[in-house]
Formats: sequence, structure tokens, C-alpha cells
Amino acid sequence: MIQSQKSETPSMKRHMGMKASSRISNTVSYVVLVLISVIWLIPFVCILLQSFRCESTHQVGYIIPQKWGLDNYRNLFNTNFPRWYTNTLITALFVAVFQTIIVLCMSYTLSRFRFKMRKPLMQFMLILGMFPGMLSMIILYQVLKDLGMTQSNAVPGLILVYIASSGMGYYVSKGFFDTISKSLDEAARIDGATRFQVLLKIILPLSKPIVIYTILTAFMGPWGDFVFARYISFNVSAGMNAAVGLYGWLSQDQISKNYTMFCAGGVLVAVPVTILFMCLQRYYVEGVTGGAVKG
Amino acid sequence: MKQLTDLEYLKLSKWKRLLHRLGSFFASIPHGIVNGLISLGRGIKKAAVGLRDDVTDIFATFREGDWSAKASFLVMGTGNIAHGQWLRGLLFLLFEVVFIVYMITGGIYWLSMLPSLGKQGPTLEYDPIYDIDVVTYHDNSFKILLYGVLTIFFIVALIYTWRVNIRQNKLIAQIKRSGKKLKSGKDDLRSLVDDQFHKTLLALPLTGILLFTVLPIFFMILVAFTNYSGTNNGYTNNLFTWVGLDNFNTLLSWKAVGGQSYAATFGEVLAWTLIWAFFATFTNYFLGMMVAMLINKKGIKLKKLWRTVLVMTIAVPQFISLLYVSKMFAKNGLINNFLMSMGWITKALPFWEDPTWARITVILINIWIGIPYLMLITTGILMNIPQDLYESSRIDGANAWQQYFKITLPYMLFVTGPYLLTSFTGNMNNFNVIYLLTGGAPTNTAASSAAGSVGYTDLLITWLFKITTGAEAQYYMASVIGIMVFVVVALISLVVYRCLPSIKNEEDFQ
Repeated sequence: MIQSQKSETPSMKRHMGMKASSRISNTVSYVVLVLISVIWLIPFVCILLQSFRCESTHQVGYIIPQKWGLDNYRNLFNTNFPRWYTNTLITALFVAVFQTIIVLCMSYTLSRFRFKMRKPLMQFMLILGMFPGMLSMIILYQVLKDLGMTQSNAVPGLILVYIASSGMGYYVSKGFFDTISKSLDEAARIDGATRFQVLLKIILPLSKPIVIYTILTAFMGPWGDFVFARYISFNVSAGMNAAVGLYGWLSQDQISKNYTMFCAGGVLVAVPVTILFMCLQRYYVEGVTGGAVKG
Repeated sequence: MKQLTDLEYLKLSKWKRLLHRLGSFFASIPHGIVNGLISLGRGIKKAAVGLRDDVTDIFATFREGDWSAKASFLVMGTGNIAHGQWLRGLLFLLFEVVFIVYMITGGIYWLSMLPSLGKQGPTLEYDPIYDIDVVTYHDNSFKILLYGVLTIFFIVALIYTWRVNIRQNKLIAQIKRSGKKLKSGKDDLRSLVDDQFHKTLLALPLTGILLFTVLPIFFMILVAFTNYSGTNNGYTNNLFTWVGLDNFNTLLSWKAVGGQSYAATFGEVLAWTLIWAFFATFTNYFLGMMVAMLINKKGIKLKKLWRTVLVMTIAVPQFISLLYVSKMFAKNGLINNFLMSMGWITKALPFWEDPTWARITVILINIWIGIPYLMLITTGILMNIPQDLYESSRIDGANAWQQYFKITLPYMLFVTGPYLLTSFTGNMNNFNVIYLLTGGAPTNTAASSAAGSVGYTDLLITWLFKITTGAEAQYYMASVIGIMVFVVVALISLVVYRCLPSIKNEEDFQ
């Protein structure tokens, strides 16, 4: 096609045409992007606006409240919500610390050491991961119940379970450690450093992105976890986390009474995580992209 | 299937290559089975030879060893202690003492009860002091199964440790003969942060995985062969016991039980799970890629803003956004209310009430959830595509479509192949989206009454969850379904893994 247009004028015309068409396509793109942004943001805007709605507490057909106020937020403190919130926060903080340590131990070892059981261990964990994790919930619930870590004491039980099985999620950070050159380790070893010193003084300072990524995902996991928290708290309000508690407010018999309060609670739960996430966004993107490419 | 040479294979078009790979995979199954059997036989033979060698080795150690080596056969660690390796020796000894104490205090009981899973459940007995009937607990099937499995793990660990202990004696003798010095306890401790550092690092994570993942899964696999349920929980009411393959028979039986047969219900749920996983994976994948390309497009300004808007939606915990959106589409929710107040519809749209509507809505909302992730993932990879590929193709006269199908898509598929596989299996088990959006509703009234209240949007995983809750919980069926999920996931992974180009020709794009 291009070879056939040898003369000057058509190619110039084509050039102008391309410019015009690129302007049109850009406009179309902008329209699509604005549309996408609106669709993606609408639910969140709705939650935010409805949390300030005071004239009624059930679902309505409009978005902008007729009467604005903080009633819903104030009412939250007359419910068990503060307890749920603290439960969630404590769980998330503990899990963020310990899960990070465990995941890093696991992934560093599998990336750096070559021992006899390494390959079988990885294959075994791959197969283990194919079983639905939900199955183990039944037995874990019974065991935790015997240990007295369910219902109103659900928080320690939850923390224990989240942390204990976290070693399985080593893939992303292993991929990261794989990219750090091994010659660094060897150089330090020749200089007389022990393996432990190599990890502490050489690898860790280089791994800031992956450490932050692991902490971030470990923190956000329990913040939004629902199934297991629900199973363990077993309808006892004091042991619920925010997700389970708020879920109850949207049940058939409560929704007309608690709908706007759910929105307020949702805003309070979402805001801290969102701010944290936006600040550390760069690390998250790096981790997610790296993980996907390595599979 | 005809075996192709490399040159013939490269001549084929992309789809024919895929077909060829698929075909040769299935053609290789009989051959593979035969090979598998042969290698299994070899493995058994090798294991037998290994065992024989091991046994002769153990006898040799006993014959040639001094008194302490001989004593270690009964009291573990004697050899180490006699030669000054106090730390190792005491650890061996400690393990043995713990084992014996455990076996006497409980292990023997658990193990002996394992074949029957308990003889007598809780009974009501008259208490003369309080003048009422009180519940007296006897055997507990749940604990018997759990601790029985643990005891077996423990015994295997003891056998292994005993073998290591014997080998230690041989080692000591060897080192003594060569005149070298034995490692002291201090050396052992030092090696734990140096050349044996991986053991230190792995100790904690692996213990956690063993106790909280391996043991439960092992337990639940065994549950599939019992009648453990809410009414037979072995704890507070009737004991449960082994039933062999009965539960698998129930799952695969075509006999109608109050409505459809169980097998038909299972088939329906499985089919929907696969359809859902397919659409959830590929709609997200292609639309996410398109959004990423749109934002990456030359001449688009405020790239960071668009990206941030989407990324922000990842940050909000899923239960909030999913629950909210689910209520938005409810019969009296925001959307229906709005449409009715505008007078565009007179009757509420049955987003969650009609099976087909519900299924489509779930897929659409999942697109809303998934696109931001896919946008993030694909943006990075799109930027990695060598730009000169596009330059040279433009000079050759390719238009945007051709560029997409000949450069972008193959590259993306190649790089993200493994990701697509994990995302597919992940979607099969995507509990959150389904449970928070619909809870499986609308209920499938035609389904087998034995299957619990399974709904039209229920995946296998949410179905499994449903039948494990409530007083009538059918744990045994849940674990059968769990095993089926495993089988399906494993099969898909195996087939796809064999056919993935990124696995087969790792060097293609480099």
C-alpha cells in the first residue's frame, strides 16, 4: 500500500489524514477512558455519599443525600463496630509482621540454597496448593475450638492460621530473589561471611521492594478476609472482624435498618488501606507484574 | 499422531502448532501410561534394592560398631554421647523419650481405635448427686482420626530419626578411623547459621505448613471415606465410622433423590464452574489488556491519573465493594430504584433472581473487579515488547490490527501463559466474588435434595462451603467435592502445562 503512493501530494494528504484520524481516535480514547473512570468510581462515590445520608437508612434510588450529616458514623460507636475494627487491625498487624518473616525465609531458601529435598519440596507444595484451602477449615475450626481460640477469642486463632500456612505463598518473592545475582553471595562468602550474615547484610538491603510488597499484601489479606473469619467467629459478635460484622448488616432482616451504617463502616475500613496502598503503590505494581511474568 | 521434525513443526501456523501439541499430548497418553507403569515398577525395584542396602548397612553398623553403637539401637543417641557429641546425643534421646511418653499416654489408644473410629459415643448417665442425667463422653471419632493420623506421622518421624541415629554411629566410626576430630555441639550450632542455614530458615515455615496445611488435607481426604457429618460429628453426638467408597458412589450415582440425581447436580455445578472460570479469566484478560493499551497509547495525556483511578479500586477491600455492588443490583437496590423512578422500567430487573441474568451479571461484575489487576500486569509486559518490532512492521505496511494479532497478542500469550493457567484455576476456586455477590442464589430447585440448597451461580467451592455449615453439615460430601476439585485442577494444569509454548520452547523469544 505504501509503496504504491509514490507521488508527493497523496502522501501529504495521507499525512494530514493520519493526523486527523489520530485526533479522532484520541478523542474516542478519552471518551472511553472517562467512561471507564466513571464506571469504576461510581460505586465508591455512592458508598461515600450514602454514608452521609441521614433522612433514611434503607436503599433508595438516588445518590445525593437530601439531608447531610454524620449520624451514621456516630451510630457506629453504639454498635460492636469498634470491637470489629480493633480485631481486624490487630490481626492485620500481627500477620503483616510474621507472615513477612515466614514468606521471606521460605522464598530466600528456595531461591538460594541447593539441597537434596528442594525440588521435591516445591513440587509437593505445588500439588498441595491444588486442594481447595476451604477443606481444611472444618478441622482447623474443631482444633482451634479445643484450644479455646474460636468465637469471642477468634483473633489469636485467626492470626495463627493465617501465619501458619503462609509459607505456601513464596512464589513472587522467590522470583525476586532469583534476580539478585549470586556472585554477590559468593563474594561475601569468600570474605568469610556466614550464610546468615550474607542474608542480613547483603540480600536484605537489596530487597526493599519485595519486603514492602510482602508486608503490604500480608496486611491487606486479613483486612478483607471473610470466609475463615466468619467460620471461626461462629456468629459471636465479639470475635468478628470488620468484614464478617458488616456482612451481617446487609442480611435480609437488617438491611433496611443498617444500610447507610454499612456504608459508613465501609468507608472507615477502606480509607486507611487505600491511603496505605496508594503510598506504596509502586512496590505493589512491581510485585504483581514480576509475579505474573514468572508464573 | 505423526511425529513431526523440528522443521515441519516450525512451518505450521500457530493454531496448527497448538492443535499438533494437543493431539500429540492425547496420543501420548497410552504410551505415557505404559511408561509410567514401567517407571513405577523401576521405582519399586529401586526402593526395594535401597531398602535391602539399608538393612544390610544397619546390620553392618551393628556388627562392626563398639558397645555404644550397639546400644544406640535401643537407646538413641548413646553413640553420640559416648563420643562427646552431647548436643546431638541428647536431642536423639529426648526425641525417643518424648515418643515413648506420648505413645504410652495416648498414642497407643489413638492408634488402636483408628480402624473402628471409636466404640461408644456420648451417653446420658444418671448423676445421683445432682439428680439429673448428664452427658458422659467416651470415645471421640474426630479426635481419634486426628490424633491417629498424627501418631502415624510421629511413628514415621521416629523411624526416620532412628535411621539417622544409626548412620551417625557409622559416621563416627569413619571419622575416628581417619583420625579427624568430631564435630562438637558448638560446631553444630554454628553450622545452623552457616552451611546448614537452610534448615534453620525452613524449620518454622515447614512446621506451620505441616500442621496447618498437610495434616488438615490428609485428614479431610480420609473424611471422604467416612460418614462424618453434623449429625455424626463424633464430638457431641453419634460417632462416625469408615464407609469405604460409599460417598463417591453417592456423588456419581444417577439415581434421582428428590429431584435430580446427585451426579446430574454435580455435573451442572462443575459445568458452570468451568464456564465461569473460562469467561472470568479471558474477559478480564482481553479487556484488561485493551485498557492497558488504551492508557499506553501515544498522545494520551494524564496516563498516571487514569492508572491511579483503576488502581485505587484494588485497594478497597473486596468485601466492601462486592457487597455494595451486589446490593446495588438487588431487587430494591440503587439501579432498579433509579430506573423505575426515571420511568424506564416498570418491573424490577431480575439481576439476582433469574439464573441466566444472575450468571451474566456475576461475570460482568467480575470484569469490574478484575480489569484493574490485569491492567497493572499487562502494562508492565506491554512496555517490555521491543519497540523495533512495531517499527519494522509499520514499514512493512502492517496496520494496527495486524500488529496486535501478529506481535502484541503472541508476545503476551507467550509471556503470560503460566499466569493464565493459575488465573483459570484461581477463578475456579474464586469464593469471594460468588459468595459475596450472590451467595449462590437463585436456588436450584430442581437439584438433588441431598445436595443442600445449591444455586445456579454456585461454584464447586461455594457449594462445598454451603454443605459444611449448619447442623446438617455433610462434611463427608464436602471432602469428596474437594477431592474432585483437586482432580479437575490437576488435570487441567497437567494438560495445559504440556501444551504451553513458554514451557516447551523457553528460548523462543530471547
